[in-house]
Amino acid sequence: MVPTNYYVILSAILFGLGVLAFIFKRNIITIFMSIELMLNAVNLAFVAFSQALGKLDGQVFVLFVIVVAAAEAAVGLGIIILIARSRQTLNVERVDLLKL
Amino acid sequence: MTASLAVFFALAALAVIGAVSLIVQKHPIHSALSLIVVMIALAGLYLLLGAEFVAAVQIIVYGGAIMVLFVFVIMLLNAGVEEHTSISKMAGAPGLLLVVALAGFVAATIARSTESVETTLETGEIASTLGISNMIFKEFVYPFELTSFLILVAVLGATVLAQREKS
Repeated sequence: MVPTNYYVILSAILFGLGVLAFIFKRNIITIFMSIELMLNAVNLAFVAFSQALGKLDGQVFVLFVIVVAAAEAAVGLGIIILIARSRQTLNVERVDLLKL
Repeated sequence: MTASLAVFFALAALAVIGAVSLIVQKHPIHSALSLIVVMIALAGLYLLLGAEFVAAVQIIVYGGAIMVLFVFVIMLLNAGVEEHTSISKMAGAPGLLLVVALAGFVAATIARSTESVETTLETGEIASTLGISNMIFKEFVYPFELTSFLILVAVLGATVLAQREKS
């Protein structure tokens, strides 16, 4: 059997890489993808603890997280399309005005 | 080293390589494909954990629906190679410091709580798909119904945002 610690450490590594991507990437779509990476890392920790404790609550929570991520992706990508249409750029550093 | 441990390390290496590739790649479409690799590896890890329903949902919803949406938007907007700008200096040293602090905090927490989580049970002890359906439709039935409302709002929001303004 694989110890639960290994899963939690892998989850922490993936979350850290997600934060790194979130901070250092310039493209707004890639930043959005790094948020999905962080959500996936948290899901892994949920499932690992669910298995370790022998309860299914964690897996049910993962399903809810996936539903929220799907809703977030739909709305977020709509916003990205709007930004790209009005600013002609996907670089977050060039989107620095609330009013066009 | 047992077989399950070998599979775990293979899938974990695949996931970490995919996540690093997400950061290193310059073109958003390459980053999206790297993220799909991470998600497939995580689905394999869920199978290893005995959560076959979550693994299937991971592949169908994340790999199938969300990432297709991402790739579709990247192609729709014709996103090119990421341009290098350093207009704001925030992302440099303070950002790296933040990541190092976060990683140190997480590592310290994990190292401190080594004994608090008992080792895993035998895989397959709990009939996971049957148990999940029982929990969703009995204990978590109100949150489950609320998620349908959330998705309805998200569909409406996405439709309103994506339509062109009439002027």
